[in-house]
Amino acid sequence: MARVMAVTGNEAVAEAFRQINPDVCAAYPITPQTELMQRFAAFAANGKVDTEIILVESEHSAMSACIGAATAGGRVATATCGPGLALMWEMLFVASGMRLPIVMAVVNRSLSAPINIHCDHADAMGARDSGWVQLWSENAQEAYDNTIQAFRIAEHVDVRLPALVCMDGFIIGHSITRIEFLEDELVKGFTGEYTPLNPLLDIDNPKSFGPLVLTDQYHEYKYAQHEVMWTKVRDVVLGVAAEFEKVSGRRYGLFESYRLDDAEIALVILNSAAGTAKDVVDSFRERGVKAGLLKPRLFRPFPYAEVAQALGGLKAVAVLDRADSFGGYGPVFTEVCSALYPLAKRPAVINKIYGLGGRDFLPQHAERVLKELEEIAQTGRVSVIKEYIGVRE
Amino acid sequence: MAVSRRRTEGLTDKPFHYCPGCTHGIIHRLVAEALVELGVLGLAVGICPVGCAVFAYDYFNCDMIQAAHGRAPAVATGVKRVLPDRVVFTYQGDGDLAAIGTAEIIHAASRGENITVIFVNNAVFGMTGGQMAPTTLLGQKTTTTPFGRRVADAGFPLRVAEMLAAVEGPAYIARVAVSSPKNILRAKRAVRRAFEIQLQGLGFALVEVLSTCPTNWGLSPPEAMRWLEEKMIPVFPLGEFKVPEEEEQC
Ligand SMILES: Cc1ncc(C[n+]2csc(CCOP(=O)(O)OP(=O)(O)O)c2C)c(N)n1
Ligand code: SF4
Repeated sequence: MARVMAVTGNEAVAEAFRQINPDVCAAYPITPQTELMQRFAAFAANGKVDTEIILVESEHSAMSACIGAATAGGRVATATCGPGLALMWEMLFVASGMRLPIVMAVVNRSLSAPINIHCDHADAMGARDSGWVQLWSENAQEAYDNTIQAFRIAEHVDVRLPALVCMDGFIIGHSITRIEFLEDELVKGFTGEYTPLNPLLDIDNPKSFGPLVLTDQYHEYKYAQHEVMWTKVRDVVLGVAAEFEKVSGRRYGLFESYRLDDAEIALVILNSAAGTAKDVVDSFRERGVKAGLLKPRLFRPFPYAEVAQALGGLKAVAVLDRADSFGGYGPVFTEVCSALYPLAKRPAVINKIYGLGGRDFLPQHAERVLKELEEIAQTGRVSVIKEYIGVRE
Repeated sequence: MAVSRRRTEGLTDKPFHYCPGCTHGIIHRLVAEALVELGVLGLAVGICPVGCAVFAYDYFNCDMIQAAHGRAPAVATGVKRVLPDRVVFTYQGDGDLAAIGTAEIIHAASRGENITVIFVNNAVFGMTGGQMAPTTLLGQKTTTTPFGRRVADAGFPLRVAEMLAAVEGPAYIARVAVSSPKNILRAKRAVRRAFEIQLQGLGFALVEVLSTCPTNWGLSPPEAMRWLEEKMIPVFPLGEFKVPEEEEQC
């Protein structure tokens, strides 16, 4: 029997961590993630978990301590966001290069300057190339479900890579919504006992992690990471999702297709704004417009072929990015374009940058973009490829 | 009607956002008054931390830079090297200076960087909601140590003034408190001294100020003042830990 509760996104993920009971959590407070680790620290203090909590002096040290704990053979979880994730950047590559299945919640926050504590995706997009598996979540339920699945994905023998689970700071992290928690035993059974692959202190098989590798072998190590990400992770994500559906009744894929089957125009949008946009898609459908939406879930590795299949037959697509690559296109846009490029016939694609530093994404924003797509679908003409929306005069 | 007291020119008219009973406001005023009394307000450049004093740029009536969490001493170093005749100060909390920014402060001190550091020790991370800081007292309850800080997993409170006094670089290191009128006057002298050291080109000066955080300590403002005096001062004794060499001799 599922427990139905009203909790914040941060509480939901803290609850997943409690149920999984990792060996070590090293973290440093940062708004809007703080509540998550604070709740988890309370579980530890109350003896609800056996986790060793390490209150370190910075995020750089937090990820370093996670790396130490994971090489020692522990199951390790942490959480951060925004500047905290940015400060971890060096260590993110170390974690993935050492193939350590650390799971991290990222409660998306913008980056300085100017300093801002609200949501955008600059943090996780900055970590895009760090070799971490990335799962994105529209709401607290998805963040909870993704966190549980992330352990299975990261720890899978075919994967052995760190994974991060994103949810929108404040919008989801701090908002209270209805959530269905799985029973403790079910979660424990689903994630199982953790078996480290090459732990330290195996006296008969001594190990070194992270030694110097130069021109002779470095390329091959990176090739190995590429191969796993490119060929293995997608199947594992789908396999874990299928098993998760059996225990939870909730279905997950590589992305969510919303009213896409017969769609002619569509929005591609990550996380919480997808919820707002789906309502707008519905109202367009009511007016007879064949609108749809694609919400990526697995962003790294990016499911190019599947996205191409889902969007290839459309007339026009708008990719909405809550992060910018200044001087380039938004990060989701470039992925969608890469996915579509091999197709002989492909939709027109435009890029909108929205919601930076927590600027609200409103239904009228989605409406405006869908109207523009309708026009592009009719005329076949794109006037501006990349544009900021919701900019104040 | 004659005006007998005025708000110092060193502060803007903007009302402080600090919680009732928080002594960040007193410390701001001491710094501002010192700059005015030394006649250097127009030459001053302040570096704000990330912490409750993140908005210090709204309050100090001089040029300000908002630095990343913990990086103020490095930013101040850069400013001072380009503008050596300006008065450069950082204003940092104990999360900012003694946790994430420990490397920056030790190395700015060790280089004897000619800057003034105002270090506000309130034994918690205030802004993020009262988590354990390196300066948290043993047994002190915080949101990340709900049953009190224990040596076994969280170690000992870090005594920054003593630690930096052991480094060769600094010219002046003092610890003061803003818990009583007498202590506030002493704090003011120390803050002023720390700016004079910079004006004399003697090098790195730091004043650690014991400060209250009634909100996260879960105490009323008067209780917080008493807690500071009764609990914090025994762990963080007040006094000058390093003074310029000639002064030592005389
Ligand atoms: C890289 C990074 N990590 C974490 C944070 C979150 N953060 C903001 S303020 C703060 C602690 C502030 O505490 P302190 O320096 O003691 O100042 P106080 O608020 O008590 O005055 C933290 C951890 C951040 N902004 N940037
Ligand atoms: S949280 Fe604490 S340090 Fe921050 S303003 Fe309030 S009382 Fe002052």
